[in-house]
Amino acid sequence: MRAKTRLAVLGLAMLLVLGGFTVAVAAKYPDKPINYIICFNPGGESDLTARLQQKYLEEILGVKVVIQYKIGGGGATGWSELVRAKPDGYTIAGDNLPHTILQPLQRGDAGYKTEDLKRVYCFEATPNALLVRKDSPFKTLDDLIAYAKKYPEAVTIGGSASWSANHLGTIELEQAAGVKLTYIPFTGSGSAVPALLGGHVGALMSYTTMAAQYPDQMRVLAVAAEERSPVLPNAPTFRELGYDIVEGAYRGVSVPPGTPDEIVRVLADAFRKVNQNPEYIAKMKEMAFDIVDMGPAEYTAFVKDRIPYYTKLLRDVGAIK
Amino acid sequence: MDALLQGIGQVLNFQTLFLMFVGTIAGLTAGALPGLTATMAVALLVPFTFTMTSVTGLATMGAVYMAAIYGGCFSAILINTPGTPSSIGTCFDGYPMAKSGRGQEAVVGATVASVFGGLFGLVVLAFLAPPLARVALKFGPPEYFWVSVFGLSIIASLASKSLIKGLIGGVVGLLISTIGIAPIGGDVRFTFGQPMMQGGIDLVGALIGLFCISEVLSLIVQGTQSYEGVNVVHVSGVIMKTFRKVLSMPVNLIRSSVIGTVIGIIPGAGGSIANLVSYNEAVRGSKHPEKFGTGILDGVVATEAANNATVGGGLVPLLTLGVPGTPVDDSVNGALLIHGLRPGPELFTIHADVTYGFIFSLFLSTLMMLVVGLAIGTALHRLVSRLPLRLLVPSIVFLTIIGSYAIRNNTMDVFLMLACGFIGYILKEIEIHPAPIVLGLILGPLAEEGFAQSMLMAKAFPSPSHVFFGRPICIILIVMTVVSLTWPFVSAFLAKHRKGGTVNA
Repeated sequence: MRAKTRLAVLGLAMLLVLGGFTVAVAAKYPDKPINYIICFNPGGESDLTARLQQKYLEEILGVKVVIQYKIGGGGATGWSELVRAKPDGYTIAGDNLPHTILQPLQRGDAGYKTEDLKRVYCFEATPNALLVRKDSPFKTLDDLIAYAKKYPEAVTIGGSASWSANHLGTIELEQAAGVKLTYIPFTGSGSAVPALLGGHVGALMSYTTMAAQYPDQMRVLAVAAEERSPVLPNAPTFRELGYDIVEGAYRGVSVPPGTPDEIVRVLADAFRKVNQNPEYIAKMKEMAFDIVDMGPAEYTAFVKDRIPYYTKLLRDVGAIK
Repeated sequence: MDALLQGIGQVLNFQTLFLMFVGTIAGLTAGALPGLTATMAVALLVPFTFTMTSVTGLATMGAVYMAAIYGGCFSAILINTPGTPSSIGTCFDGYPMAKSGRGQEAVVGATVASVFGGLFGLVVLAFLAPPLARVALKFGPPEYFWVSVFGLSIIASLASKSLIKGLIGGVVGLLISTIGIAPIGGDVRFTFGQPMMQGGIDLVGALIGLFCISEVLSLIVQGTQSYEGVNVVHVSGVIMKTFRKVLSMPVNLIRSSVIGTVIGIIPGAGGSIANLVSYNEAVRGSKHPEKFGTGILDGVVATEAANNATVGGGLVPLLTLGVPGTPVDDSVNGALLIHGLRPGPELFTIHADVTYGFIFSLFLSTLMMLVVGLAIGTALHRLVSRLPLRLLVPSIVFLTIIGSYAIRNNTMDVFLMLACGFIGYILKEIEIHPAPIVLGLILGPLAEEGFAQSMLMAKAFPSPSHVFFGRPICIILIVMTVVSLTWPFVSAFLAKHRKGGTVNA
């Protein structure tokens, strides 16, 4: 009897300890600084956003959030390191679409696979926008397309990087309108701007943020979003003009494969809360970012959905076999 | 006028001045540490400016920017390692000066020249920004291609002993620059199947390896006892003497400042190119070009005046058009945006007080840099010159490893840096100087981008020659390149001819 009681007490105690332990594990994350990897140059869109989020994330999570740069290969160096990091939630990285889909498709070995990145949250988007100089003879999208029909390849379109949202947006426009354009890649969305302002390219396939930054110098011909952008209410969408193009860059955050769902949820909640902070929203609006809210499941499904689409597009233009 | 006074008023308060002072010290430190560049320092500061008013935030950032570009000269002079890519050329004469015991003179000279160049660029920014910004836009892909070709022509004077060896170095640099993802087209090149190599060889890591590690290796091989040799000259009054010496070369100061300002204004280039071009022109303009590279103050003055002049120059297109002039200005742009200040005409109308306050604060921080720089520079020089080699060398190697890791937080960069060091040492043994290699590394991507983009642009023209040879600035740049390449031969011929003439007469 006494032995039984003892056993029962012991069992109960063990249960309590174990139970308490599991609770402790769940409540423990995060209990040390989180490394937030940024794969692009300081001062770029990804960096600006992360720097804004940093303060609020620290308030919500109660630990330091350290921003680390792992720059190179259009983001690939950072992402290939992320997928090899310890899946404990203390290493997270900003991830971009379509980059994280296109690089593994187009490069063979980019150092990571699209599916390796465990998506946590997608927090912002910058739709493509087709921009011309204020004094350009192209007053509307139709002007530009009519000219391109008459003179194939003579309309030069600058944009950020090869096989990027801007590049694909140009290809999509070529396919939708049945014209031939000449896409000229630059090393960033910023470095393409002087090429347009100086008249070295005919138009830019850039982001809505750029259009909002240079309202006096540029005219927006069309925006590649489903709806008109709140920061550019007067600019028509491609769809309104009869071309079914929705393209742009999405920015979110990912963790290494195998990170426990518990941790992903904690992180996703934190990013969601940042997205709801009025001060943060105001700053994002000033910089013309579209705020997006996609949780882990939704974001993962969104990525999965885009893979076959991009595969077909790259195959159509002969970039992959 | 009201806006100007208002802006000045917002700078002249204890908090802002104090933060600028702290910023100057922080900038100096970041600049002097190999691996922490001005771009990185300014980027790291951006989040701290959130909580400040716009003027205070920008003033602090300006102080860090100005001081970081200048701080690179300390490590260049004292340990032959450019602290930032903006002070590559400072090694050429600064380090030989330090080695022959004149390190303090080099540090003081660099300080005076930096302050002069900094102020010059700012005067241009304050008074000539709008018309110059329009010129900046005339530079398109074909112009960038020719600018880089012109830049490569400098090899002729950087390779003082043998042109062939200089060219070999340049080609090695160009080849190294092709490693990684192609800037145009996105092809994967020479990564040997290593995904970590996609980012290519980082310039700063290569700089540290080629200059510093190779020098450390020679020190070890030579078995030198003290870093500076025995005869360290601690002349009292060296500060005033050097002051006068620097100010007695006004042509060099002004020419270098103009070069720095102009290269700052051209978007995308920056201090890394400005200091080398300026060094080249100083050699060419000098009455005794053969002395360059052996440790003369003129070389240090040329590079340091030029790199600090890029600060004012780079802000010209940024503030007026929203187009960053130098890589550091990308981070400044970010800070402006976060403060709700959209670069462009608005800065001079609606936010004029902030803008004028910012420009005024830059003048102040340049002067602050003079005082702080002289104090820190002298102290650092004393420290490095007194440390025995067996302590100094390990500390330097430790710093370079931390520095090369810090650039991209990539262990691969540490190994690549060390590899560059060994290659640099071997090349130096066969008298191939690291300078042409670095030049190739800096200009390779610029030339490649310019060329590929121009070829694409040419689709709109009957033939590519319209793009490459038909534009006025291109023609000027081509003429400059030809002159630069043939100058050594022409000057030799002229000298001979003149001599012959006098004999006949």
